[in-house]
Amino acid sequence: MASEWKFTIKDLAEKPEIFTSGHRACAGCGPAIAYRQILKATRGPIIATNATGCMEVVSTIYPYTAWNIPWIHTAFENVAANAAGIETALKALKKKGQLKHDHIDVIAFAGDGGTYDIGIQALSGAAERGHDFLYVLYDNEAYMNTGIQRSGGTPHGAWTTTSPAGRVIPGKPEYKKPIADIMVAHGIPYVAAASPAHWRDLITKARKGLEVDGPAFLHVIAPCPRGWRYDTSKTIEITRLAIDTCVFPLWEAVDGEYALSAPSKVIALKPERKIPVKEYLKAQGRFRHLFTPEFEHVIDEIQQITDRRWKSLLKKCGMA
Amino acid sequence: MAIAKQNLLALSGDEAVAYAVKQSDVDVVSAYPITPQTIIVERFSEYVHNGEVDTEFVCVESEHSALSMCLTASATGARVFTASGSAGLALMHEILYVTSGARAPVVMAIVNRALSGPINIHCDQSDSMVERDAGWIQIYVENSQEAYDSTLQAFRIAEHNDLLLPAMVMLDAFFLSHTLESVNVLPDETVRKFVGTRKIPLIKGHGGKLVPFKLDPENPITMGPLDLYDYYFEHKRQQEEAMQRAPQIIKEIHDEYARISGRKYGNGLIEPYRLEDAEIAAVCLGSTAGTTKTVVDQLRTKGIKAGLLRLRTYRPYPVQDIINALENVKAVAVMDRSHSFGASGGPVFHEIRHTLYDASIHPHIVDYIYGLGGRDMPQKLIHEIYKDLQKIVKTKRVEKLVQFIGVRE
Repeated sequence: MASEWKFTIKDLAEKPEIFTSGHRACAGCGPAIAYRQILKATRGPIIATNATGCMEVVSTIYPYTAWNIPWIHTAFENVAANAAGIETALKALKKKGQLKHDHIDVIAFAGDGGTYDIGIQALSGAAERGHDFLYVLYDNEAYMNTGIQRSGGTPHGAWTTTSPAGRVIPGKPEYKKPIADIMVAHGIPYVAAASPAHWRDLITKARKGLEVDGPAFLHVIAPCPRGWRYDTSKTIEITRLAIDTCVFPLWEAVDGEYALSAPSKVIALKPERKIPVKEYLKAQGRFRHLFTPEFEHVIDEIQQITDRRWKSLLKKCGMA
Repeated sequence: MAIAKQNLLALSGDEAVAYAVKQSDVDVVSAYPITPQTIIVERFSEYVHNGEVDTEFVCVESEHSALSMCLTASATGARVFTASGSAGLALMHEILYVTSGARAPVVMAIVNRALSGPINIHCDQSDSMVERDAGWIQIYVENSQEAYDSTLQAFRIAEHNDLLLPAMVMLDAFFLSHTLESVNVLPDETVRKFVGTRKIPLIKGHGGKLVPFKLDPENPITMGPLDLYDYYFEHKRQQEEAMQRAPQIIKEIHDEYARISGRKYGNGLIEPYRLEDAEIAAVCLGSTAGTTKTVVDQLRTKGIKAGLLRLRTYRPYPVQDIINALENVKAVAVMDRSHSFGASGGPVFHEIRHTLYDASIHPHIVDYIYGLGGRDMPQKLIHEIYKDLQKIVKTKRVEKLVQFIGVRE
């Protein structure tokens, strides 16, 4: 599936901002960069819904709003059901001739807590029912809004306030849940992994997700300087390292058919370009405790799981 | 307006609700099945699959999602309906508050069923009693006819632009939900005219411009923002102000409906039964009122001045109507089909007692917790209650303020 839409950076610059400046996200906020890019991909009228989390909080403190489109938040675990409600109402109103527009796109935003954990039931249900909407997971790999607690999206070994770097247990013992594969397994028409460091790839994927008829799932890696413990100027650099180490490869699955996206395909074709995970880990304070003789075996474990998952992805993409 | 010619159908309470929803030009129904509400969604599915309605019906994966969908569908401008009860209503608890806070006029039928544990599928009112503070209109019905009538009225009440309060209509599990009754239904066109189409009010949008209160790409507004200590309190008080306007509007809609249907339920808020000269009275909600009316009639033939007060709306709670109705009674027995563990009696008892504190006379008021988990409330037990009241009037003494009735000791 290729989108007909072609764009230049000038087109994007000229497009009015949907997610406007003045919101209260932290300096270097990965999700805020991703939101702005994704909303450059809209093709017409759109309604957005957001799960409880950082991006809801920073963009809508009453009586202010950063949103130039109709937008609703209701709770943490139900954003997919909220999107389903909007989409169904639009369908019903259109049928009765009560809708001014021929089509309105629906987009749902949620963080990793609202997706991997508390929101997975509503997401799975909405995917199974086939509602026509784009679900964006902005994955900053912990409950950042409540103060950096571990989620199902937090990687192995990472420090969080509920997976502390203890004397006995060094960070999170469990591994990151393969959420995007779970969504592919739902048989939905479009699933993709993207990053704000590869903006053209991200915007194109967001557009495809909107264009496809049925549920689309966009998994966006979105680093958090506060939670990942790095300087606010390094967000894009660190995102790039996640892709170059294959910790977070970029791919898409159209009707269940996996294909690597260009930045990861390059690595598949030239494996010598694959950077050891150590480079990615040492750039972030949340993994600092692993760089000790006592716990450096965890770095090996992270390398192993990264390699295993990369190999499995190559197989799915027919590149093994 | 003349009373419309009606069709007499044999319907259970659930079927009566489904029939009312079918006639009400509902845009979106989103629901999850739970016994004993299932007949509502089953009948409605048949209407959809047989092309009798053009409603979008979505069978979701949980009650939490059912109400979440209804909430945003309503915010998009649709007329919406859902149904639940018991554990399903409890799972919706969080979203009940979000719905009323968003001023989304969702209509929901609740088939009153006990809460676990232990698990029990039969009637009591614990499930909706705990939701009395959620900011929803609550209407308790006595029979299937009233379930039909109240569901139609609920759309008008909830969507009234001076209210915009979600509304729940409560019917007792099995006693009503699964029992066939003769139900008079209005012609489709009469109902269509009565419920009308949903009118979206204008509100001040971004920059102070008047815009429709809905998710509309032409006039974008932000709904459900983070609302902190500087504004949240005012928004909550607005909900209370709307609730204060509700009794008058409920009465007007009830009277308008009476003119087309010929059916009235007291003044729409309370239904006093043979209370004018009563010395002793029971207070209850739901289907038990029917049995109690029979008992009152039996006592009256013996010359005993017994009466009944049925609360139809529990939210808004009609304080002055209750005072007026009970002011001359010497002893009152509240019948609670739910209990507040560790409190002195059930929730209805607390409110009735507190209400009568401001009355000019102070009758004795006692509480009977009855019928939990579907335990039957036969005439014999209701007679015992009135016998207790007679004794209280005679001795001017209350022996037991709160007691469980019909329970194995």
